[in-house]
Amino acid sequence: MTDTVLIETKALTKSFGSVNVLKGVDVQVHQGEALAIIGPSGGGKSTFLRCLNLLEQPDGGEVIFEGQKINQKGVDVDAYRQKMGMVFQHFNVFPHMTVQENITMAPVLLKKKTKAEAEKQAVSLLSRVGLLDKKDEYPRKLSGGQKQRLAIVRALAMEPDVMLFDEPTSALDPEMVGEVLSVIRSLVKQGMTTVIVTHEMGFAREVSDRILFMADGTIVEQGAPGALLDHPKEKRTVEFLSKVL
Amino acid sequence: MTLTTVIQNIIKIMSRYWDVFLIKGVSITLALSAITVAFGAVFGSLLALMKMSRFKVLRGLVTAFVEFIRGTPMLLQLYVGYFIVPLLFPALGLGTFASIAVALVINSSAYVSEIIRSGIQAVDAGQGEAARSLGLSKAQTMGKVILPQAVKNILPALGNEFVTIIKETSLASTFFVGDLMTAYLTVKGVTYLAFESLIIVGVIYFVLTFCLSKLIGVYERRLKQSD
Ligand SMILES: Nc1ncnc2c1ncn2[C@@H]1O[C@H](COP(=O)(O)OP(=O)(O)O)[C@@H](O)[C@H]1O
Ligand SMILES: [Mg+2]
Repeated sequence: MTDTVLIETKALTKSFGSVNVLKGVDVQVHQGEALAIIGPSGGGKSTFLRCLNLLEQPDGGEVIFEGQKINQKGVDVDAYRQKMGMVFQHFNVFPHMTVQENITMAPVLLKKKTKAEAEKQAVSLLSRVGLLDKKDEYPRKLSGGQKQRLAIVRALAMEPDVMLFDEPTSALDPEMVGEVLSVIRSLVKQGMTTVIVTHEMGFAREVSDRILFMADGTIVEQGAPGALLDHPKEKRTVEFLSKVL
Repeated sequence: MTLTTVIQNIIKIMSRYWDVFLIKGVSITLALSAITVAFGAVFGSLLALMKMSRFKVLRGLVTAFVEFIRGTPMLLQLYVGYFIVPLLFPALGLGTFASIAVALVINSSAYVSEIIRSGIQAVDAGQGEAARSLGLSKAQTMGKVILPQAVKNILPALGNEFVTIIKETSLASTFFVGDLMTAYLTVKGVTYLAFESLIIVGVIYFVLTFCLSKLIGVYERRLKQSD
């Protein structure tokens, strides 16, 4: 981890109708950091993550990515999204494309790579996550764990500066959680900046540099994994952890 | 009137006027329907795009148009086309057939726009989000991710629209455009055998729509399998 701040939010707010989902969230993510976000369901974790790449437009506050405020008029959001990979709970792999096409489509379409380069990269990414033999299959032939591994390398193919994970293992059968976590673990080891919303406390403790506890649209408490999980200070954190640990 | 005489009359009519039904009637009905669906698909797509645009006025106009088409009888729309189209474009010298075709296309484009819009909206929202998160623009997302999947919802529904149109073009016979129903009116006029002529046309309509529906069914199952 370095001291460079890669993503920063300042006083981020977001409401859906009359529901205030984010009530002024200030977070800094450093380059190379692995940040885990935990908290009760409905607390705004997904909304926060989706505000980082502006899949959700914040109502107020700032999202600053690589020094540039990106939630304002005149910013080419698409260009910034290319640098922020995102992995979803429900995989969202493209069912009408082969495994390889899932990976090569964006880099080729967005002129980051020629078709040949992208295919070469797809082969190396697929072998990294043990899916090379599925290269020409359609995603319907894949298990949940395989789909999620594909979704991860699809995002990596754009060579992003940060990876955002929104409960990447929550929709998986228990026996497939491990294979997906190990891919994320190796990414973190390689120094990829990651923000991961997760309910896997053991994993958060093991791989993250820092954990945020988020509830009711605010960061209630944050700290190093050991400190936050073993010695929580806030009542809400204690309550939450007593339920999930 | 016994069953035997009815059958005898049908045979008599068919041996004398088979071409009026099977060649002229069927081809004009199919042509009119095909034109309607083809152009309806083109204009329906445009309407669907307008309906999903971020311009409120445009969306409102399309909604109003679709509601108007849905809320008024087809026959009325055909009359409007019959009288108004030649007045609007006198230079084109459009005849009855073309004027009626224009009215049918306008009618169909309203329904098709709804088919396309709902086909697009039936694609899981996560698909579009995944594409945008990779950095694809709105248009690229539509072209590469949403539409290819929406087509699977849209094509079978368009086929069903074709079947509906085949039946609805019968209203065009009000203006003697030469379709199947016009063939009925013509033959009935010369033979005075209304009932028998009606049976013949009914059977032909049924065979057309039944075969088409079966074809669509087969195609739909093939699409489902590739999911
Ligand atoms: N698109 C949306 N429209 C309306 N309400 C939403 C939308 N997305 C999230 N919410 C609401 O915002 C709150 C926070 O949701 P979310 O960010 O998904 O929380 P978490 O990921 O922590 O479970 C919930 O009450 C949820 O119902
Ligand atoms: Mg969530």
